[in-house]
Amino acid sequence: MQNSEVFLDIFQILILLITLTLLTKPMGGYMSRVYQGERTFLAPVFGLLEKLFYRISGITPDAEMNWKQYAFTMLIFNFIGLAVMFAILMLQGYLPLNPQKLPGFSWDLAFNTAVSFVTNTNWQNYSGESSASYFSQLMVLMVHQFLSAATGMAIVVSFIRGLARRTAETIGNFWVDLTRTVLYILLPISIIVALVLVSQGVIQNFSPYKNVQLLEAISYEKPKLDINGNPLKDASGKQLTEKIIVKEQTLPMGPVASQEAIKELGTNGGGFFNANSSHPYENPTPFTNFLEILLLLLIPAALTNTFGRMAGNTRQGWAIYTAMLLIFVLAVGALYLAEYSGNPLVQKLGVHGPNMEGKEVRFGLGGSVLFSASTTATSCGAVNNMHDSLTPLGGMVPMVLILLSEVVFGGVGSGLYTMLAFAIIAVFAAGLMIGRTPEYLGKKIEVMEMWMSVITILTSGVFVLIFVSIALLVPAGVSSMSNPGPHGLSEVLYAFASMSNNNGSAFAGLNGNTIFYNLTGSLAMLAGRFAPAVAVLAMAGSLVKKKYVPPSLGTLPTDQLPFIIWLVSVVLIVGALTFFPALALGPIVEQMIMQGGV
Amino acid sequence: MKEIKTGILLFVALSLLTGILYPAAVTVLAQAIFPKQSSGSLIYKVDGTPAGSALIGQPFSEPKYFWPRPSATAVFPYNPLASGGSNIGPTNNDLITKISDRVKSFQDTGIQGQVPADLVTASGSGLDPHISLEAALVQIPRIAKARRVPEEKVRSLVQAHFEDRQLGFLGAPRVNVLKLNLALEKL
Repeated sequence: MQNSEVFLDIFQILILLITLTLLTKPMGGYMSRVYQGERTFLAPVFGLLEKLFYRISGITPDAEMNWKQYAFTMLIFNFIGLAVMFAILMLQGYLPLNPQKLPGFSWDLAFNTAVSFVTNTNWQNYSGESSASYFSQLMVLMVHQFLSAATGMAIVVSFIRGLARRTAETIGNFWVDLTRTVLYILLPISIIVALVLVSQGVIQNFSPYKNVQLLEAISYEKPKLDINGNPLKDASGKQLTEKIIVKEQTLPMGPVASQEAIKELGTNGGGFFNANSSHPYENPTPFTNFLEILLLLLIPAALTNTFGRMAGNTRQGWAIYTAMLLIFVLAVGALYLAEYSGNPLVQKLGVHGPNMEGKEVRFGLGGSVLFSASTTATSCGAVNNMHDSLTPLGGMVPMVLILLSEVVFGGVGSGLYTMLAFAIIAVFAAGLMIGRTPEYLGKKIEVMEMWMSVITILTSGVFVLIFVSIALLVPAGVSSMSNPGPHGLSEVLYAFASMSNNNGSAFAGLNGNTIFYNLTGSLAMLAGRFAPAVAVLAMAGSLVKKKYVPPSLGTLPTDQLPFIIWLVSVVLIVGALTFFPALALGPIVEQMIMQGGV
Repeated sequence: MKEIKTGILLFVALSLLTGILYPAAVTVLAQAIFPKQSSGSLIYKVDGTPAGSALIGQPFSEPKYFWPRPSATAVFPYNPLASGGSNIGPTNNDLITKISDRVKSFQDTGIQGQVPADLVTASGSGLDPHISLEAALVQIPRIAKARRVPEEKVRSLVQAHFEDRQLGFLGAPRVNVLKLNLALEKL
């Protein structure tokens, strides 16, 4: 790669960060108006629909809920979604919009997929183009990309209310927060973005798959099987094959753009196709790639501003944004360097250039690296290149971003509430060191808040370590690895990190569609989503009752650089203490092997 | 329970909105405004039959065509029903053997010096329609020889199909292999 190419890659990364920062304020302001019940400019379009939804569902929009009611309705709503999704996936074969006549999912795969989409994880043990009907793609996978995103955003907003309100009881109305998120934020942006994506070549139709003639027919050897499906061998024990000539290519079709837009916007990541955003029909040009990256960062970044505004001090929001941005820039830099250096084992063979295995030419190194860092910094989990084929240290960067509990922007809603839990821990730890009562935004931090913050940030880590250990001890866990040695450990570690933290990207060589991984994964995803969610709501319920303590000389200012650096350190230290041994045995050992050329 | 009833009703209403009305509206608008792109960006031969999609790569192995990147899709390369990458890790012997074989097959066709990385590594989708400019340039002598045309002619065809970074800084410079091979057929 020439220097000018590297320069342009860096320029692309800078433009992205500048655009994101510029959008944070207007988008954050708009969202705070939506959540404070104000009239927005979209009211003429969606206002009637909003009222209609409240009327048919019997919702009184002014009736506020305490934290228990809020948590209860949130859980009920998600349980309904889970049950419906499970049923649809099992019965897909009997449902409409299935031109390819695809059969239903197996029970464990259906359960894993339903859990995965209701928890905003979008871990995919199925391959979209060959196993999900249009009906399933729309009514299961796309609906929940809206609803799980809206759930996360509702929770963070009620938590912000808990911080902002003084000596109150209620933290908002879950039904209203959910409905307004879909109608005024997710849906309008998705419609516009979907059309922009189509203009670049993302497909949007309900046609049957299309056959085209190949310019050059090709052939391959297909193993011959007997009637029972066992391989046939000749007298000397050699596998018999037959020559198959391929003259045609079958192009998959479908309503891709509409799903693509919400897939990024809601940090969902569940692709229409198996190859996700590396597929040319999901991500056809460098421009769509840039747009998709921007879109998956947009809401998590802008929510920091919404937080600042609703808490009455936008500097508090920018402090959180800056902390996130600092870790993000470090990660992008490390990942770019690792991939730019390439793979010495391959370079020795007479190949020159960066590591291109698993990457697409049109995105280049900059577009691939930026996507990988963004999709794992947020809990999106879409991929535009295959993380399993990154260099060892390159692959460790996305893994670490996930293992830090998805707080570098993080998932829509969940990223900010987890980061705020870290902020509370940081305030508490600092308070211990300087001998003051810890306060955050004028609210005293006490035993209840500490308990709930610890549950919020440690649940996923505990599940990662327990499940990885189990997977390494049982044959059902080990047999799914596709790569030998330390890389196999990385695959399993990445899988449980991704599921527990509701990311959904994968070192995709791991065969996740087994009963073992489907069930342990479902448990990890459920715990990683709902334990923190309920803990955060409980914390909101405790905070909202407290009275405001005006800042005094002894108060640690949480909107200034020293606190930002302290917060970043706390995030990194907690992550390192929890996962360093596992990382040392996986990616770090593999990097040494690669450099040593063993 | 009132909450359960409310939950079910709101779930149905939101599902109809986001699962049916939204994709239907986007489909109608997309088909009306961007009929070609929304239906797969097909390209056609002179006789009007579809030659493939401008966005989806095709396999080529004859010396007279530009070769695309290796594809790891299941059963046969560039199978759009099984999109995906190799998922082979960087220190896996499998990867080293495969790349070593590919480098040899290029050296057998007379390529001197180093081989561009994209030409011997599998893409993420297995359907990558592009190769780098460098990867196209190193193949010119083979193609010119197989087609018995001057190298200059092939080179100018490559230049004509060169796509630079979008807006000058997005993505990477590239060449579409299928489009280039269709143009070769017209030489």
